[in-house]
Amino acid sequence: MSVITLTIDGHLVSGRAGQSVLEVSRDAGIEIPTLCWLEGLSPWGGCRLCVVELKGEQRLFTSCTTVAAEGMHVVTRSARLENYRRMLVELLLAERNHYCAVCVVDGHCELQSMAARLGVDHVRFDYLNPPLPMDISHDLFGLDHNRCILCTRCVRVCDEVEGAHTWDVRGRGTTERVVIDLDRPWKESTSCTRCGKCVQVCPVGALFHKGVTVGEMVKDNSFLMDIIKRRRSAQPFVERRRS
Amino acid sequence: MNRAELDQLRDRARQAKGEQRVRFLVCYSTPCLSSGAPAIRAALEEGIAEEGRKGEVAVVATGCMGPCSRGPRVTVQHRGGQETAYERVTPEMARVLLRRHAADEEGPPEHVLAPDLPYFTRQTRWVLENSGRVDPENIADYIGRDGYAALGRALHEMTPEEVCEAIARSGLRGRGGGGYPTGLKWHLVRKARAERKFVVANGDEGDPGAYMDRTLMESDPHKILEGMAIAGYAVGADKGFIYVRGEYAVAAKRLEKAIRDAERLGLLGARVLDSSFRFRIDLRLGAGAFVCGEETALMNSIMGGRGNPSPRPPYPAQRGLWNQPTLINNVETLGAVAPILRHGPEAFAAIGTAKSKGTKIFALVGEVRTAGLIEVPMGITLREIVEGVGGGMSEGETFKAAQTGGPSGGCIPREHLDTPVDYESLTALGSIMGSGGLIVMGQKSCMVDVAKYFMDFCLDESCGKCIPCRAGTVEMHRILERITSGSAVEGEIERLEELCALAREASLCGLGATAPNPVLATLRYFRDEYHAHIREHRCPAGVCRFTDVPREHLGDRQAAQMQSARSEMEGI
Amino acid sequence: MTNSTEERKIRLATVWLGGCSGCNMSFLDLGELLIDLSQRTELVYGPFTDIKAFPKDVDITIVEGSINNTENLELYREIRQRTKIVVSFGDCAVTGNVSSLRNVLTPEEVLVQSYGHVPGDPPYGSEASEVLPRLLPKSYPLHHVLPVDAFIPGCPPDPERTWPALLALLEGKRAEPAPEERSFG
Repeated sequence: MSVITLTIDGHLVSGRAGQSVLEVSRDAGIEIPTLCWLEGLSPWGGCRLCVVELKGEQRLFTSCTTVAAEGMHVVTRSARLENYRRMLVELLLAERNHYCAVCVVDGHCELQSMAARLGVDHVRFDYLNPPLPMDISHDLFGLDHNRCILCTRCVRVCDEVEGAHTWDVRGRGTTERVVIDLDRPWKESTSCTRCGKCVQVCPVGALFHKGVTVGEMVKDNSFLMDIIKRRRSAQPFVERRRS
Repeated sequence: MNRAELDQLRDRARQAKGEQRVRFLVCYSTPCLSSGAPAIRAALEEGIAEEGRKGEVAVVATGCMGPCSRGPRVTVQHRGGQETAYERVTPEMARVLLRRHAADEEGPPEHVLAPDLPYFTRQTRWVLENSGRVDPENIADYIGRDGYAALGRALHEMTPEEVCEAIARSGLRGRGGGGYPTGLKWHLVRKARAERKFVVANGDEGDPGAYMDRTLMESDPHKILEGMAIAGYAVGADKGFIYVRGEYAVAAKRLEKAIRDAERLGLLGARVLDSSFRFRIDLRLGAGAFVCGEETALMNSIMGGRGNPSPRPPYPAQRGLWNQPTLINNVETLGAVAPILRHGPEAFAAIGTAKSKGTKIFALVGEVRTAGLIEVPMGITLREIVEGVGGGMSEGETFKAAQTGGPSGGCIPREHLDTPVDYESLTALGSIMGSGGLIVMGQKSCMVDVAKYFMDFCLDESCGKCIPCRAGTVEMHRILERITSGSAVEGEIERLEELCALAREASLCGLGATAPNPVLATLRYFRDEYHAHIREHRCPAGVCRFTDVPREHLGDRQAAQMQSARSEMEGI
Repeated sequence: MTNSTEERKIRLATVWLGGCSGCNMSFLDLGELLIDLSQRTELVYGPFTDIKAFPKDVDITIVEGSINNTENLELYREIRQRTKIVVSFGDCAVTGNVSSLRNVLTPEEVLVQSYGHVPGDPPYGSEASEVLPRLLPKSYPLHHVLPVDAFIPGCPPDPERTWPALLALLEGKRAEPAPEERSFG
C-alpha cells in the first residue's frame, strides 16, 4: 500500500493511500471531534463535528468522508471551526429532550462530554421539546427517541456488522426517527437477533439496557474492532464509503 | 430505422400537416389543462364532426403556449401561414372560433392576443422551440420539426469527443442552477474509465412557483430523450434514467409514451438509427422529496435507496449510479443539446453574455401583468423581463423585489433592476440564477415574511441527515417567526446570521447550504424591514400581525388578566 | 479607589426560582468556604435570609431554577435590573432541565395531568387564578428570557465547580471552568 504525505495543523504526517483524513489525523495523534463516526463502521457525515478546512477550498469538508491525498493541507482547529462545532452541539442539545440529570447515561454520554469538551455551557437556541415516545416493549433493551441524535450508528452496526438490518430511519427533517423493522415495536421485530450491538454503539441514552437507572448505563463498543479485525479482509476506507 | 427513413418520415409529417386547411392548437399543458382545455378540445372536435369538416380542420393538443396566466390558450393556424392566438377561451367561444375560422373569418377580437405582445416578441425560443407547436404525444410531429436529426448527425458524422467539444463550444452551462459548464462535465464522464456509464436527466423540479422542467417535459418530451441519447453517445453510456417528480403525472405519462414511440421507431434501443450505438431510457418517479433534486440524493433514489444526499467528492462523474461514472444534467440542459447541434454551437454561443451563453427559461410569476413561462436570452436585464416580457407590474402595484432561485436563491431589489440576468451577476447580488423561478413582488410583500416562507419550506424538506440543516432550519424559522409575530428581541438578527453561516458552511448538501440564502438576501437589502418589525412592531408591507410579546413581557398580559378578574370579583 | 472597594463588601444574592432548591442546598455544601465567602461578601437576599424584597445595587446574584411562572418572571426581571452579574446556577437555570420536562405539554395539559386525574378539585377558576402565579407557556432557561453573565451547569453543581467559578467572579474575572467542571447533569 502506497504511502502519502500531507500537512495537518502544520505537522507533516504520513498515511496510507485510501485512508480518510480523520484516520490519518488520529493515527498522527491529532484528535478531531466526532459523534456519528465510529471506528469500524462506514462513515456517515451527519453530525458535521469533524469538519476541517482544506487549503485552496472555500467550503468545509467532513474529515470522516474525505480521502486523504498527497500534499493536502488540512486545518482541524481554527476559531471558525471551533465556533461551528459548538453551534452543532448546541443544535443537537436543542433538537430533542436531552435532560442529562435524569438520563441513563449521565456521566457516560458522548454528547454530554462533547458539550463539555467544546465549552458548550449553555444553549442559545430554542429548545424544540418535541413530544417523542419510548419503545420499552423489548424484554432486554429500551429505545428513547427523546435522546436520539440520529447518528445512525445503530443502523450501520446492525447492517454492516451484525448483518440483520433491523434498524433504519423513517421521516425527514426533525421528524426523522430511527425505526425497527418498518416501524414496529421492538418486541415484534422478526429480524432483531437480540445481539445488543446497537445499544453498545449508541453514543447517547437513546438505546439502553432495561432495568438501569440514572447514570447506570455504561456503553462498551470495544467488541466492534475485535470483530472487524478478525474478518478475513478488512476493507480500506475508500471501499467502506457507501454510495 | 436509418437516417434516410427518418428524413422520409419528416417529409411525410410536413406533408400531412400541409393537407389541413385550418389547425386549432389547444394548449394541453398543466396550467391550461386545469383551467379547462379538455372541454375546449371536446367542443372543437364535436363541432368539426357536426359540420363535417374532418380532414380539412384539425385539433392538436400541444404543449405550453404561454402566457399561462391567460389560459386556456388556443392558437389557430391557416394553411397560408397566418396565425391568431386566443386567450381565456371557453367552450362556447371555441365553437364560435371554429365556425368563423373554418369560413376564413376572424374570431372575436376581444380574446385575441396581439402578435406584437412583448411577451411573444421579446422571447428567444431555443429549448421551447416546439412548445405549443407540436403534439407532445405524437412523435411524427417532433420529427416533422427536424426531431432526432441532431442525434443522426452526432451518431454518423461526429466522434463522441467532437460532440462533447461542440457542447463545450456552445458555452452551455447547467440549467438546474449550478451553472457548471456542461461540455466540461461531458468530457469528464467521457474520459472516465469504467465498465458502464449512465446518463441521468434531472426532472425533479421542486422550487415553489417554478415549472420550467414540467412544461418542457410535457410540451416536448422527445427533445429531452434526444438530448439524453446524444449525451449517452458522447460519454459512452448505454443507459439513461429520467427522474421525474412524482407530482408531474402528465409529464411522466407523456415521457413514457415518448420512450415507447422512440423505441418502436429505432430511435432508442439496440441499434439507434442504424448505428452501433445502444441506448435505453428508463423513467423513475420521485416520491415527493425536494432533496431528491440534489444529484447524490437523486441517484440514491434511483438505486432504490432512501433519498439522502451523500458527501461529495466523489462526484457523480467519478462514482455515480452503482459506483459507475454518471452524467447528470437537468432536463432543460439536455433540452438545449439537440438545438445546439442542429443550429451549431456558435449560433447558441452568439446569444447571451461572455460567460453565460444561450437562452434560459424562467417561470415568470407574481405581480406582473403577463405571467407565464418564458425563454429569454441570457444577459437580458431584469427590467426587460418585468416591464417588457411581463408587460409591467399588475394594476396598482409597484416593484419591490424579484425572487430568483426559489428557496436556494435570493431577492433582487429595485435598485438592481438593470442588472443583466446571468450566473455571475445574480450571484454577485446575493441571489442565484437557480433553475428559473422568478417571482415578482410588489410593495404588499413583506420581505421577512417571504424569508420565513422559504425557511418553512426548507425545514420541511430537509432530509434530516445532517444537523445544521435538520435543526438549523427549524431554529432559523423560529427566529423569523418571532420577528414576524412581535416576540423578537435585540440580538436575534445576529443569532440568525450566525445560524445562516453555519448552515451555509457546515451542511452536507446544497439544500442546507443554500437554505439561508433568502434570509441573507433579504437582510442585505431590507434590513430596515427587519428592524421595523423588531423595534417598532411594524410591518411596512402590512402583512405581519404582531400577536405575541417578547418572553420578558409574557407575564404582563396575565397580570392584566388577573387584575381584571380581581376587580370583577370585587364588583360582585 | 482600591480602598473604597475593599471597604465595601461585594453584595451577593442567591435566588430560588423554578427549581427544587437542590442547587441552593449544594451551595451550602461549600461548608467552611462559606466563612471565607462571608468575609468577602454581604448576603443581601436569598432563601437563607428573611429579606422580602429584592434589594437594589446587587453585585452578583446566583440564580437557581428556570422561569416557570409569572412570579419567577417578575422576580427575574427585577433581579436583572438590579444586579451587575447574574449567574445562571445549575441545570434548571441553564437548560430548563427537570423544570422543563413539562415543555412537551401545554400548561393546561400539565395542570390536568397533575391535578385533574387525581381525587379532589383541580385548581381552576377565578379563585385559583387569583392566588396562584400562572404557568408560562413553557419553562425557560434564564438566558432565553433576559441575558445572563455566567453559567455554572450541574444538577446540582458541586462545591468543587461552584467555588472556583464564584472566586473568579468575585475577583472580577470570567468564570472559565475546566471541561470536566462544566458538563450538564
